[in-house]
Amino acid sequence: MTTTTLTRTTTGVGRPRSSGSLFGPLSDTWAMTRRNLVHISREPMQLSDVTIQPVLFTVLFVYIFGGAIPIPGGGTYTDYLLAGLLALNLVTSTMGTAVGLSTDLHEGMVDRFRALPMWRSAMLVGRSMADLMTSCLCALIVGLTGLAVGWRPDAGFAGIVAGFLLVLFFSYSLTWIAACVGLNSKSPESAASFGFIVLFPLAFVSNAMVPTLHMPGWMQAIADWNPVSAVCAGARDLWGNPNPSKVIDAWPMQHPVEASLIWSVLILAVAAPLAAHFFRRRTTE
Amino acid sequence: MADELMIQAEGLTKRYGETQALAGVDFSVPAGTILGLLGPNGAGKTTAVRILTTLALPDAGRATVAGIDVVKHPGEVRRHIGVAAQDATLDPLLTGRQNLVLVGELSDMGRSPSRARAAELLAQFELTDAADRVLKGYSGGMRRRLDLAASLMTRPPVLFLDEPTTGLDPTSRQRVWDAIRELLGEGVTVLLTTQYLDEADALAHRIVVVDHGRVIADGTPTELKEASRSAHIEVMLAAPHPDAVGAISPLVTGHVHVSEDGRHLSAGVDAAAGLATSVVRALDAAGVLVDNIEVRQPSLDDVFFSLTGGHIEEDDEDEVDLAVEAADDDRHELEGART
Repeated sequence: MTTTTLTRTTTGVGRPRSSGSLFGPLSDTWAMTRRNLVHISREPMQLSDVTIQPVLFTVLFVYIFGGAIPIPGGGTYTDYLLAGLLALNLVTSTMGTAVGLSTDLHEGMVDRFRALPMWRSAMLVGRSMADLMTSCLCALIVGLTGLAVGWRPDAGFAGIVAGFLLVLFFSYSLTWIAACVGLNSKSPESAASFGFIVLFPLAFVSNAMVPTLHMPGWMQAIADWNPVSAVCAGARDLWGNPNPSKVIDAWPMQHPVEASLIWSVLILAVAAPLAAHFFRRRTTE
Repeated sequence: MADELMIQAEGLTKRYGETQALAGVDFSVPAGTILGLLGPNGAGKTTAVRILTTLALPDAGRATVAGIDVVKHPGEVRRHIGVAAQDATLDPLLTGRQNLVLVGELSDMGRSPSRARAAELLAQFELTDAADRVLKGYSGGMRRRLDLAASLMTRPPVLFLDEPTTGLDPTSRQRVWDAIRELLGEGVTVLLTTQYLDEADALAHRIVVVDHGRVIADGTPTELKEASRSAHIEVMLAAPHPDAVGAISPLVTGHVHVSEDGRHLSAGVDAAAGLATSVVRALDAAGVLVDNIEVRQPSLDDVFFSLTGGHIEEDDEDEVDLAVEAADDDRHELEGART
């Protein structure tokens, strides 16, 4: 009896790594990331907003609106549209982060995680990592569909990659706002409404789908300062695609790449610590 | 070694809004023993477990697990405990095996030791066949066993089991009991909460009865039963007899209850040595033929009744729910066996 008890106790105490090591948080995050990826593989329809939707949107917008929308300064609508489609798909897919986190909190799972000697924020970071990976998949699908319907970037490989990274970085920063929403919503369903109330207007009141020049003055002002416009204009510049916003006399439209990066960093700097705070508050009793 | 206290709670209080979940609770669990925390729904059992497993902070009081303060060093406490909570706390979209490996990895066990340990536990809990199926298809009993397995991944010296058999059918319940008994042989210290008296009676070395956030009794199952001193004697006669009641009256305490057909007598007794013999002799002397006689020791239900004035399982609605769940479980087990 005495001996077994001793062995037992030793096994418990003598676990390989201490909570203070750097490797612990990394491996915890990776484990949580994989968990979220498994979820996606179990319910592939979850992925439809980053797989089917991009294809659908690309085809619809190119063939339905394509002929009707002239691009000021010349160029084809398909070349103009692709950056906007990429932004639209990635921005709206951040809704998944809000819903996923909210679901985690509503199921008993979070209690099991909290009683484990893990890095607690791995729940948040793992989620955002998994979402970043699906975003990359989404970007790939948008790019390939674009090429299939006639999108032609006029830039070197580095420029093309930079354009994609610019949009991905912005959508990654948005996932942290989505995380804040998910952590504060009462149910996964109410977290989902975030998409329709915030993300769709954000994506559409911009130059993503159509040039802003014809919009009413007040809306054009909003659109030109909308970070999504900067991101789209920045990607168009980097890809060498038509960017009619160049002529607009607003700072973000004159410096779209810089503006995108500033927006993304700002959002990250505010939303990530805030999400961590909400997470602590939500899981303390 | 047995004197070392692996779990200690002193004056724990906790309030959730208007509800005083714990109103000053003390108990301790020596190494290598099972403590049963017994009480009805809402008695504060789960709150006590949440505090001891670092999920909630006490408003006042102090608690240690494996000698470590749960408020000051929650991270260290988590390295020494396994928790099987009342609600399902496993990932329904992962397979049984993936769930266990995830728990292992998040406990810093490393990937391949986690996989090996998971396989071992799946076999131990007879879940190997279902190991690679998604949890959604598991029956209630299978989920509880997996929950228990998950809590054992790191071979923790201290284990918290919050109502591990609530809602299970009798067979699944028995299997969980067997698993818990096996752990004891390995020197694990267990805090078990339960609403079931027979469960505490069957498993626990000591029982702490809580009600309305307070400890109302604390002792071994035998001590608690003795304290209530409410043994019963039941006599079945071959045929009704007018002198039967008069014959046993001097031997029992209080009134003798006679059934409608006059054949079944019952009465409260002091559990004296040789009581059954005296009763049979007295009845024989009066010319009464006895078919059967039974001296029933007080059950924990009697104890709980005498302590709180209420039965522990009083909610009829709950009973119905449990029956439905149990039937559900059976169906799942069958489906599980087929696939």
